[in-house]
Amino acid sequence: MNQVGVETKTEMVTVYIMGQAYKVPAGLTILKAMEYAGFRLTRGVGCRGGFCGACATVYRLPGDYRLYADLACQTPVRDGMYLALLPSTPAERKPYDLRKVKPGGETLLSLYPELARCVACNTCTKACPQKLEVMDAVQAALRGDVAQVAELTFDCLSCGLCTLRCPAEIPHYHVWQLSRRLYGAYLAPKAEHLRRRLQEMREGKFQAELDRLMSLSKEELRELYKAREIEPE
Amino acid sequence: MAAELRLSRENLNAPFVRKVEELSGQNVFACYQCGKCSASCLFAEHMDLLPNQVVRLVQLGDEGVMGARAPWVCAACLACSVRCPRGVDVARIMEALRQLGLRRGLTPVELRLTPDLPQIALVGAMRKVTP
Amino acid sequence: MNRLVYFPGCALKDQAQGYEAATLAAVQALGYAVQELPRWNCCGTVYALAQDDLMRHVGPVRNLIRAQEQGATELLTLCAMCYNTLSRSALFVRNPENLRRINAFMDEEEDYRGGVRVLHLVQWLAEIGPERLARAANPGLQGLRIGAYYGCTLLRPKEVAVDHPEKPEIMEGILAALGAEPVLFPERVECCGAYLAVTRPEAVRLRVGSILLSAAHHGAELVVTACPLCHFNLRERRPLGAPRLPVAYLGEVLAWALGTQPIPEEIARTVGVRR
Repeated sequence: MNQVGVETKTEMVTVYIMGQAYKVPAGLTILKAMEYAGFRLTRGVGCRGGFCGACATVYRLPGDYRLYADLACQTPVRDGMYLALLPSTPAERKPYDLRKVKPGGETLLSLYPELARCVACNTCTKACPQKLEVMDAVQAALRGDVAQVAELTFDCLSCGLCTLRCPAEIPHYHVWQLSRRLYGAYLAPKAEHLRRRLQEMREGKFQAELDRLMSLSKEELRELYKAREIEPE
Repeated sequence: MAAELRLSRENLNAPFVRKVEELSGQNVFACYQCGKCSASCLFAEHMDLLPNQVVRLVQLGDEGVMGARAPWVCAACLACSVRCPRGVDVARIMEALRQLGLRRGLTPVELRLTPDLPQIALVGAMRKVTP
Repeated sequence: MNRLVYFPGCALKDQAQGYEAATLAAVQALGYAVQELPRWNCCGTVYALAQDDLMRHVGPVRNLIRAQEQGATELLTLCAMCYNTLSRSALFVRNPENLRRINAFMDEEEDYRGGVRVLHLVQWLAEIGPERLARAANPGLQGLRIGAYYGCTLLRPKEVAVDHPEKPEIMEGILAALGAEPVLFPERVECCGAYLAVTRPEAVRLRVGSILLSAAHHGAELVVTACPLCHFNLRERRPLGAPRLPVAYLGEVLAWALGTQPIPEEIARTVGVRR
C-alpha cells in the first residue's frame, strides 16, 4: 500500500529454481521471475500468452504435498515455490497415413497400444493446466470414441504435463492430435459453403478479379488497400 | 554338485520366499506337491515348469524360478486356485513372480500385436506382462 | 418402470456393440429402464492379484463411486470381465483399511462408502426368474441346442462366482426358460486363453479348438457366451479344422427369444434343417 511519506518497496518472494533460491518481485509470472533471476530462456518459452504450451512447469508449495503443474507464462510466483521448467516431453509420435486409417479404436490402439495401460488414476486430469478432462479422453480413446476424444481435447496445448505424469506412459497429446485429425477427416460434418466456394474457385469465378489485382502498380494497390471496406468496430 | 538338493533354514527363510509370500498373500509352505494345479492347468503344455514345480522352487528359496517361462504363460484363469486342496491361490504366486520380475526390469514377453486385437485383450495383457 | 444402472465397459462400445444393442432392447422389453453409468472408465479387465497393487483397484472403485453418485445400490454389467474386476474390487474395499487407502488416493472424488452390488446379466436374468422369462419368450428359441460357455471370470474365484464354479447351471436355466435345449459339455468352464491372444496366440488357438470340439461333440448347434474376450477368441482365433459352430452372446439369444431381434438366417436354417 502506498502511504504518504513512506518509501514504496517492491515486495519480494523467494522461489527455488532448479534447487537454487532466488529473490524475485511478487506478482511476476514464473517465466518472468526466471528471467529476472538471470535465466536466459531459449527453450521452454514461446508465445508467453498461454497458447503454445511450451513452458510446462511443475512446482510444489511449502507445507503442501501436491505436485502442481502449470504454464510458467500464466502462473504467478508464490513465496517458497519450488519449481522446475520442463522444456520438452519425450514422446514418440507414430507415423500414419491419414488417408489410409479408419476413424476408430482400431487405429488408436494399433498405433498407441499403451492406451490399454490406463489405470484410471486421474493423475493426467490433475496435471492439465487447461483443466481438460484428460482421463475421460483416454477412456474415450480406449473405447474407440474418436469424436469424443476430439471434443474433450480441443483446447489441448500439447504441453506434455499429463504425459510426464502418466503411470501408464501414454503419449496423450499425440493420441489427441491423431484423434482430431481423424475427426476432421472422417467424422466432422462437411461444410457445404466451403465445398461451394472451392467449386466456384475451380470454375474461375474470381479469376478476372485476381488478374486485375496482379496487373496493378504498387501505388494503385496502396490506394485500394486504404479504401478497403473495414468492419465497424 | 548340481544335483544336490539343499534344504536349509536360510533357504526357507530367504528374503525371496518372504517377498513372494508377501506379494501373493499365500503361505507357499501349505503346498504339499499333490500336482492338482498342474493337472488343472490348461497351459501347462506351454510351460517350462509345471505350476507345482514353480511352487516347489519357491519353497526351496530358489530365485532361479524368476527366469522361468511358466508365470508368463499363465493366463490367470484361476483353475488351479479353485481346485487346490490346500487352499493355496497358485495364480497369486504366479502373479507375485511376474510382478517381482517386472519390478526388477524383466520383460520377457513379447506383445504380438495385430490390428484386430480388441481392447479387452490388450488391457489384460498389458496389465499382466508390462511393468 | 424399474430402473437399472448399467456399466457397459469398453468392449460393448466397440467390437461387442451388437451385444449391447440386443441386450438393452431385450431388457427394456422385460419392463426395465436402463440408464448408462455416466463417466465410467475401463474396469481393467483382469483383477490385480498382487497384495500391494493398490493402483489397479482405483479404476474399478471409481466406477463404484459413479454408481453411488447415481444413488444406485446395484450396477449391472453385461461383460464377464467387467463383472469380475468390479465385483472383486468391491469385495477388496470391504476391508476398511483398503477402503481408506483407496479413498485417500482419490482425493478428487467423494469417498466410496461401500454398498454397491455388482451384478452380471446372468444373475439378473436368474433373479427375474424362469417363469417370467418363459412367459416373455415369444417366439422363443424353438429347441435350439445351445452350449453355454462360461469361461473363467463368471465362475472364479468362488467369492464372486455366479454359480457353482465347477458345475454351473445358471445359464442353462435361462436358456431352457427361453425355449432352448441346453447342452452340457466338459470344456464349458475351462479357459479360452483370454489375453494370451496378445502374447501366445497359438495357445489360444489350441484352447479354442478344444472348446468348440467339446461343444460340437455333445451336440451343440450354437455356443453362447457372456464374455467379449471369449467371444473374440472363439470366433477369431480358431485353429484350422475347428468345428464351424456359430458363437453368439447371451444377450443376443435373449433378444431372439423375446422377438426384439430376428434370429439370424444362419441359425434359423440350422434349426429348420433339423426339424
